[in-house]
Amino acid sequence: MEPVASIERRITYDARGLAEPDAEAPGTSQIDDGKAVFDAAPHSTRQINLELRRLIYEEGIRDVTVLNPGAKHSIGVGILQRCRIRFEGSLGYFGLGVIDGPEIVVNGRVGWSVCENMMSGVVVIQKNAGSLAGAAFRGGDLVIKGSVGARTGIDQKGGTIIVGGDAGSMTGFMMQRGRQIICGDVGPGLGDSMYDGTIYVAGTVKALGIDCVPGEWTDADTELIDRKFRLYGLDKPDSFQKFVCGKMLYNYDNLEPSERKLVIH
Amino acid sequence: MCGIAGIIHRDAAADVGSEMTHMLQSMKHRGPDSSGFALFGPPTDLIAIRFKLADANDARDFEYRERLERHRLEVESRLNKIGAAIDRVESETEYAYRATVRYEGDIKALADYLEDVPGCEVLSLGHSLEIVKDLGDAQEVSDLYKLGGFQGTHAIGHVRMATESDVDISGAHPYWAYPFSDVAVVHNGQLTNYFHWKRRLEFSGHRFQSECDSEIIAVYLAEKMADGRSLEEAMHESLDDLDGVFTYMAVTKDSLGVAKDEMAAKPLVLYESDELVAMASEEIAIRAIIDHEIDTYDPYERQVLVWSR
Repeated sequence: MEPVASIERRITYDARGLAEPDAEAPGTSQIDDGKAVFDAAPHSTRQINLELRRLIYEEGIRDVTVLNPGAKHSIGVGILQRCRIRFEGSLGYFGLGVIDGPEIVVNGRVGWSVCENMMSGVVVIQKNAGSLAGAAFRGGDLVIKGSVGARTGIDQKGGTIIVGGDAGSMTGFMMQRGRQIICGDVGPGLGDSMYDGTIYVAGTVKALGIDCVPGEWTDADTELIDRKFRLYGLDKPDSFQKFVCGKMLYNYDNLEPSERKLVIH
Repeated sequence: MCGIAGIIHRDAAADVGSEMTHMLQSMKHRGPDSSGFALFGPPTDLIAIRFKLADANDARDFEYRERLERHRLEVESRLNKIGAAIDRVESETEYAYRATVRYEGDIKALADYLEDVPGCEVLSLGHSLEIVKDLGDAQEVSDLYKLGGFQGTHAIGHVRMATESDVDISGAHPYWAYPFSDVAVVHNGQLTNYFHWKRRLEFSGHRFQSECDSEIIAVYLAEKMADGRSLEEAMHESLDDLDGVFTYMAVTKDSLGVAKDEMAAKPLVLYESDELVAMASEEIAIRAIIDHEIDTYDPYERQVLVWSR
């Protein structure tokens, strides 16, 4: 077998000339008193991410401000370190994905799929977010002060997603664990096919999804809501409705597929 | 995947040719197969007809140029025969043309008569609509057709990643809403009841130039508007009649509308200011023409928004 080291690196996906296999961190940050600032405007997504990694992992900086991210996609992904990052501007799609530990503030809006697969940490978005915010979210807090698109927290597996404004259709679709707190109105299909977890809604719900039912309010719910709103300095609506999984779908019975055909529902 | 973009200026005209080029070029990664523009210039009493006599990737056989010239002369002859007074006929590329005519008759009859010429497809027809589409990215198409500096009030555009039909000009967006003048559509998504609506509309006498599902939307809206619906009413009805996932934009001579399906499965980002409304599949397209920090939002499921000048 050919030694691995001698295999030439091949680009298997060329995004129509956008692949940058040889990009390097631009090294343009201004570092002062343990804090770094750099302007992302002239740099590509890959260069911005390389600069972030250089600062956090090589320079040991724990406070980074990124100016003018310009709604570029896939910014700030894969940060697995306790640190503070502030984006002065908006992010595009797939921003802040697969992160574990950082505290991030986006002084702008974010596109689709922000914080996908986030493990821990805190992300605060000052404006709106697109669809699929917090997809497969696993832990930490995602606070979106504006409104969000459809399917927020799809396949959510933990953590807390707080939305200050409205949310679109299929919010909490196939949610498996964790909490969502929506301060505004919610579109149709709320909590559709959810397995577990809790969704709190302060506004109106256009329609519940399949197997999503109202839940019984407890003191623990009050404590959670109060704590989260106090923590992030948010205006708390007067009241919330609570929604949970009804656990009536087929995946909650003990039947084999062949046996299920014999059961009349 | 595909990318769509739209812009409408509330008051003054602007260089919508360059604006749409920048917006589409920034989304090249969403679809490098073909690019298209539907631009609305100042309305005139002339009718602008954009047509092609061959596709960009047709084989150049020995008789190619002579055949196209013969067919172009046949188009001019038919324009005269049907009573359209020719102002001018210009070749934009070796296979695409722009004619301006004075014509008061039936638009459908005019389009059908011209498309009876072998290889002829009318890409757009109207008093202010100009549809330009070709293979390649937006900058290439814009340069080829000299769209930079095109003064107009509103525009939509499309970059295509072909999925369900061929990579050719016929499969490129925008689609003119044949046979309705000054109406065009761009679409991102898939329609799952395509054949149902294609048969239904063909029974009503409409023609289709491509196998692309998006063409359905343009003709569907045209038929509704011919029945007296407003653009907004027709778009609302489309949400119930069209199955699948879609975000589409439709333009008329004075309006630009956008509609999302009930799953909101295809992206769209919107920006509104006192001067203009801009929208695109990705925010970077809007930022390609606006150099300051902006607030944007996503429309929700089953939402229809229409802006009129």
